Amino acid sequence: MASLSDHLHALESESIEILRETAASFARPVMLYSIGKDSSVLLHLALKAFWPAKPPFPLLHVDTTWKFRDMIAFRDRVAAEQGLELIVHTNREGVAQGINPIDHPSDHYTHVMKTLALRQALTQCGFDAAIGGARRDEERSRAKERVFSHRTAEHAWEPKAQRPELWRLYNTRLAKGESFRVFPLSNWTEGDVWAYIQAEGIELVPLYFAAPRPVVRRGGQLIMVDDERLRLQPGETVEQAWVRFRTLGCYPLTAASESRARTLDEVVAETLSSKQSERVGRLIDHDQASSMERKKREGYF
Amino acid sequence: MADTASMPAATAVAAAEQKSLLRFLTCGSVDDGKSTLIGRLLFDSGSVFDDQMAAVARDSRKFGTTGEEPDLALLLDGLEAEREQGITIDVAYRYFSTARRKFIVADAPGHAQYTRNMAVAASVSDLAVLVVDARKGVSEQTRRHLTVARLLGVRHAVLAVNKIDLADYSQARFREIEADLRRLAEAFETCRAIPLSARYGDNVALPSERLAWFDGPTLLELLETVEAGHDEGDRPFRLQVQLVCRPDSAFRGYQGTVASGRIAPGDPVVAALSGQTTRIARIADRDGDREGAQAGDAVTLTLADEIDISRGDVLAEAANRPEVSDQFAAHLVWMGDEPLLPGREYLVKCGTRILPASVTEISHRLDVASGERLAAKKLDLNDIGFAKLALSQPIAFEPYAVNRRMGAFLLIDRFSNATLAAGVIEHGLRRATNIHWQSVDVDKAARAAAKHQRPGVLWFTGLSGSGKSTIANLVEKKLHAEGRHTYLLDGDNVRHGLNRDLGFTDADRVENIRRVAEVARLMADAGLIVLVSFISPFRAERRMARELMGEDFLEVWVDTPLEICRQRDPKGLYKKAFAGQLSNFTGVDSPYEPPETAELHVETARQSAEAAADAIVEYLRARDAAR
Repeated sequence: MASLSDHLHALESESIEILRETAASFARPVMLYSIGKDSSVLLHLALKAFWPAKPPFPLLHVDTTWKFRDMIAFRDRVAAEQGLELIVHTNREGVAQGINPIDHPSDHYTHVMKTLALRQALTQCGFDAAIGGARRDEERSRAKERVFSHRTAEHAWEPKAQRPELWRLYNTRLAKGESFRVFPLSNWTEGDVWAYIQAEGIELVPLYFAAPRPVVRRGGQLIMVDDERLRLQPGETVEQAWVRFRTLGCYPLTAASESRARTLDEVVAETLSSKQSERVGRLIDHDQASSMERKKREGYF
Repeated sequence: MADTASMPAATAVAAAEQKSLLRFLTCGSVDDGKSTLIGRLLFDSGSVFDDQMAAVARDSRKFGTTGEEPDLALLLDGLEAEREQGITIDVAYRYFSTARRKFIVADAPGHAQYTRNMAVAASVSDLAVLVVDARKGVSEQTRRHLTVARLLGVRHAVLAVNKIDLADYSQARFREIEADLRRLAEAFETCRAIPLSARYGDNVALPSERLAWFDGPTLLELLETVEAGHDEGDRPFRLQVQLVCRPDSAFRGYQGTVASGRIAPGDPVVAALSGQTTRIARIADRDGDREGAQAGDAVTLTLADEIDISRGDVLAEAANRPEVSDQFAAHLVWMGDEPLLPGREYLVKCGTRILPASVTEISHRLDVASGERLAAKKLDLNDIGFAKLALSQPIAFEPYAVNRRMGAFLLIDRFSNATLAAGVIEHGLRRATNIHWQSVDVDKAARAAAKHQRPGVLWFTGLSGSGKSTIANLVEKKLHAEGRHTYLLDGDNVRHGLNRDLGFTDADRVENIRRVAEVARLMADAGLIVLVSFISPFRAERRMARELMGEDFLEVWVDTPLEICRQRDPKGLYKKAFAGQLSNFTGVDSPYEPPETAELHVETARQSAEAAADAIVEYLRARDAAR
């Protein structure tokens, strides 16, 4: 493991400062753990920030029941290895209504199984700060997101009512019922995340690395057949292809890309030279030009 | 993809990560082409992905202003409302890199809230790019932007003379603007003008033949070579403690980010607030103890001796300590919708410390366009002013010019929690460090005992004509008859003497209440039962009085509907106010904020003044008995 470059060291220090400020400022913070590469970096930073103590907050995973099986196995193993409290929340009403990403439009599915589920979990556990791995370079409406982003008692994000954020002086004061979303990776780019993973030797879900996997071609995208719930449409066949994932989510909504990059070095090299942004593989972003902003206003992470 | 994928990955990452970082801001008036310029920088530096460009092409047909070509400004305007209105409303952060450097761009909109947004962007930037339209040149807005950038400590300024294509690529026009700039830019380490066209890409990332007469760098070249960062590493060691880490009884560590200087095990340090000294024992780290740390590092320090340190304290070089004071003078950029009023209580967040504080005096307001200092009794949204602040306890700080982290603070509203102002400390006020509380042997309890009574302040609040003075008078008579020592402070009477220099503006009302609260506190300290009969319309000021006096403070809300007060109108004031002859009259054109937690609530519509006075005296008896 090489020592960090000045640039990554500066990003790491800033993120640790944000995590410590969160722990110091709120009564009941939580870290949203989505099992992807950004979450893995976030967790690694949290372990560093509070060492030799453990992070003073639990991990929360909003499980839609449609995540890749590899993700769930990885999640449970990591939480156990680090001795961290893991809260898994699923919107049971959504499950009872049979809401799923195959039969329902992706925006409706996301709203019920992710946005509403997250709100339920935050309200039920009384969390007043939720730490997430979102970065400003991910999407246009994120470019104006604060590091400490204020949410109303209804968990809504009001873009015009955000507090000005100066220096690294965060105004973390809350009225009853209100909460913050905290984004320690705000200033990281996708390239920074990969470089940091490489420099620190952070373990990732195997899905980020190319391997022969069962996929179907659908609407120009490669969708992995992770279990029997993905019903084949007429004319579709399951084929084994060398693929990997650039981002991870619900498997029917996450497109794979063909790749032979099996090692971290190969994955990083391939990512840094890509002409497509990472969100191209996320099917939910394409609903409308400003779909992310709408979802955020409603409380999506 | 195949050809680049074969490139040695380790080399690619090393090249990407050994670059330095420049944080800069961009600002300009509406329509000067700022968003287009950043879009151009992102596009020409190859930082735009194909799918993002496709989205821009799609949006351009809907919202764009460039005809058939993609409107590069749409790469930046993130929020839906902005795309529709063709304006930007909030600071946006953009990330791009070239072979030489990484960049974080804080894009400050020029439309509404320009001062606030400029301050936000400038607080995290080393360089400011000011975009002006070549046809318009340097404007009042440019002056404002330069002033804010300078105040917030931005080191370098670049004037991007945009739309030079619309000025026929004229050298003469450019030289004219450059000369105007020179008169304004002396306070920056470097300041220069560059002619360019963001729309066509002339002299942004690539030199242009149409600007062959210009012998300076392209904008990107300048951004790649300017000196980045501040010199925090060379200053004395400072660390603002964020957390105390105590996983078990054997380990006690102090966590925070090194604000300035360097530190190594064995170095003598001082806890600035208590003045206790010790040495650094370890710089503990999950990957093994560190041999040293410097400005910007997030660290965990353990100390050789157990001394009392908590969040909000500052660890500093023992031989070179920061100032410790409860008063300082500072520049304020006001961002609140409500004006700043001297005397009103706010919260200050400086480093990791948060404390009640108030502005004791506004020394001046800056006319940003002319640079003139004007007298002011308040600061409004987007005003910049210079003020003296008093805090409830001392803090450790340094002037902003010496140490950005130790000299920057926020003012926060105690009720709405809104961020009201950004502040930069100019200097401490020495007076505070030298005046100590005199300890006296005859104390409040002794004085109260001599009078055989429990002191207190009955604070009668309510509309003009609600019956405050009538009831307060009756209460005082009854108390006097019982042999109690009392004093009645009446709003009207005090205005003839102590407060005769004050009017009825919001700022004066705050000061009026502050003085009366202080006098009442002194009298209660002397052992008296004080009756204060004041309209005192604002919750914030009554709260200030309550905090000053603690459990001595008893709020009496004399609750009379406005209609009845108006009918009574004992002094004929409502008549005048409704006729427009009196302004700032409570209940008419100035608000009354009813108490939320008054100890006593008197509804005069249901209760006679006599009965109300009896109830208050009974309350005092019960309070004495409960002691």
